[in-house]
Amino acid sequence: MLEIEDLWVSVGSRTVLKGVNLSIPEDEVHVLFGPNGSGKSTLIYTILGFKGYKVTKGRITFKGVDITHMPINERVKLGLGVAFQKPPVMKGVKLIDVLNAVGKTFNRKIDVERILRDVELDSDFLRRDLNRGFSGGESKKAEVVQLVAMNPDFLILDEPDSGVDVENVERLGRIIDRQLRGKAGLIITHQGFILKYIDVDLAHVMISGEIVCSGDPDRTLSQILSMGYGWCEKCKGLRRKL
Amino acid sequence: MQRSKEEIIKALGKPSRYGPDIDINMYPPVRSGYSSITEEMASRALDVGVTVGDRAGTYFQVDSSVLKEAVEEVYHGKVEITSIKEALETHDWLKEYYWRAVDPVADKYTATAYLEGELGYFIRVREGEKVDLPVQSCLYMASQGRRQVVHNIIVAEPGSEAQLITGCVTGKQVDIGLHIGVSEFYIGRDAHLTFTMLHDWGRRLHVRPRTGIILEDGGSFTSNYILLRPVGSVQTYPSAFCKGDSCAVRFTSLIYGASSSIIDVGARAVLKGENSKAEIVSRVIATGRSKIYARGLLEGLSNSSRGHLECSGLLLSDEAEIHAIPELQGIAMGASLTHEAAIGKIAEEEIQYLMARGLSEEEATSLLIRGFMDVEILGLPLHLTRQVDRMISRILKGGF
Repeated sequence: MLEIEDLWVSVGSRTVLKGVNLSIPEDEVHVLFGPNGSGKSTLIYTILGFKGYKVTKGRITFKGVDITHMPINERVKLGLGVAFQKPPVMKGVKLIDVLNAVGKTFNRKIDVERILRDVELDSDFLRRDLNRGFSGGESKKAEVVQLVAMNPDFLILDEPDSGVDVENVERLGRIIDRQLRGKAGLIITHQGFILKYIDVDLAHVMISGEIVCSGDPDRTLSQILSMGYGWCEKCKGLRRKL
Repeated sequence: MQRSKEEIIKALGKPSRYGPDIDINMYPPVRSGYSSITEEMASRALDVGVTVGDRAGTYFQVDSSVLKEAVEEVYHGKVEITSIKEALETHDWLKEYYWRAVDPVADKYTATAYLEGELGYFIRVREGEKVDLPVQSCLYMASQGRRQVVHNIIVAEPGSEAQLITGCVTGKQVDIGLHIGVSEFYIGRDAHLTFTMLHDWGRRLHVRPRTGIILEDGGSFTSNYILLRPVGSVQTYPSAFCKGDSCAVRFTSLIYGASSSIIDVGARAVLKGENSKAEIVSRVIATGRSKIYARGLLEGLSNSSRGHLECSGLLLSDEAEIHAIPELQGIAMGASLTHEAAIGKIAEEEIQYLMARGLSEEEATSLLIRGFMDVEILGLPLHLTRQVDRMISRILKGGF
């Protein structure tokens, strides 16, 4: 469903992604691990087509369509959806405004009450400026509410467990797992706490802008937790030598 | 303020401290003989919130003709609406209020109003009366190239509560002219008045409102100023004087500057009485080649004065300008006055965030502008909120 081939991306004068290859078929959910600054978020912003993320080589196809240079909203209309790690505070723009705009864009009626109930977000948040004064968990939930409203075929979740307390990680994990059923997705996580609650098919590790290994999610996570990313870096070094 | 005729005539040559100087003589006084409100007038008035129904009373003036001055039957004895001329003839006591909140020699516009201002409205909310529907007035300019000069006096008697909506508008064919409007507000002990003014003028029309407010103990005055359509120039700096203790003043402006408009809008609150507070909030957007000046002055004269000044500006064009000029004067040691001002363009991050929800760049920008112009900050009645919302939608539909 999502094919990334030899993707090189620079941000400003810095090359951040260096030949990333990634293939996520329909019905599969992959997880991408990596230390801070390894290029995980850059990959997401590039998949979405954000300004400032310049593809210098390679291409991204989604559902067989080359989206490498497509505007953000066109990609989204094809079925990509994202929950951001740090969504901006929107002055004067309420969650309900965004949901209404989503309904208009996708030309369907959105059952706001049901979504809020499913995501366990209080309806008071609908009329508050989006993300203004929201806690970490509330922001993440508001992201998931929007994602559910968009009902994408491919879900991207950027650090859904960062800044969320233990209790809410479980709650969010279960909600996200429900949303991912029967769909494809890519989850980015630094610490991997949320994976206890989400069914994932394959894991990848990104180090310094490259995917250095791919494998079983549980094994990869336990390896990272016991050995740290330093081990992955060594592993990457070894592969180079080989 | 008592001034000699000599002083006033001398002031005719005194330019305003702010805003472009206008040669008043370029615009002969309006002289017209309208006898009824035409369909076009009613439709334009509707653009600035002046409606039929859901109002306690109406004053409607076209050029120099007063076409309506009526109070709905159920509000008789609670509210009084007449032309200022008639009110001065009827109420001897009104002379005491005449030119007390605005200095006739402040500049050439006040001096002109002093000498010519026989027109305008008088609104009085009787003691203890709570008027649940808004009172409205419409000042309409129907003649091209003329000047309309009005002098309004609004008296909110002790313990009263009311809401006044003023819509100022030009006929569709009128785009050159000068409007001078002196407004004096007297807010009695424990009286509460909300004054909402919507402007929709011609592209080369110059507007010089001159407003003074005097508040007694426990009085509150809330002013909302909404200007969303192109204008030649507007310069105004209403001044509220909290003479009594425990007064509250709030000025909010929502301004969308388009084409070559020069908009210089300020607000001043003098906190003399104990425990008085003031808030001045402006949201301004500058497009095209417009220039906007958002001024504010808080004067804390008592130890318990509290005040906050806030200006947010959004620049949508490289040729537009926004100047935020907040000023605080703490004269008493315990006065607590704060201000914040921010000018910028729409954050790319926010546009892209909304595009990631499927909105086009234009739709995202439009939603952000709409959010910036959050009408809810005004706390208007629902129907007026919708009206302003519709005005904003119309503007955004036309591009920005």
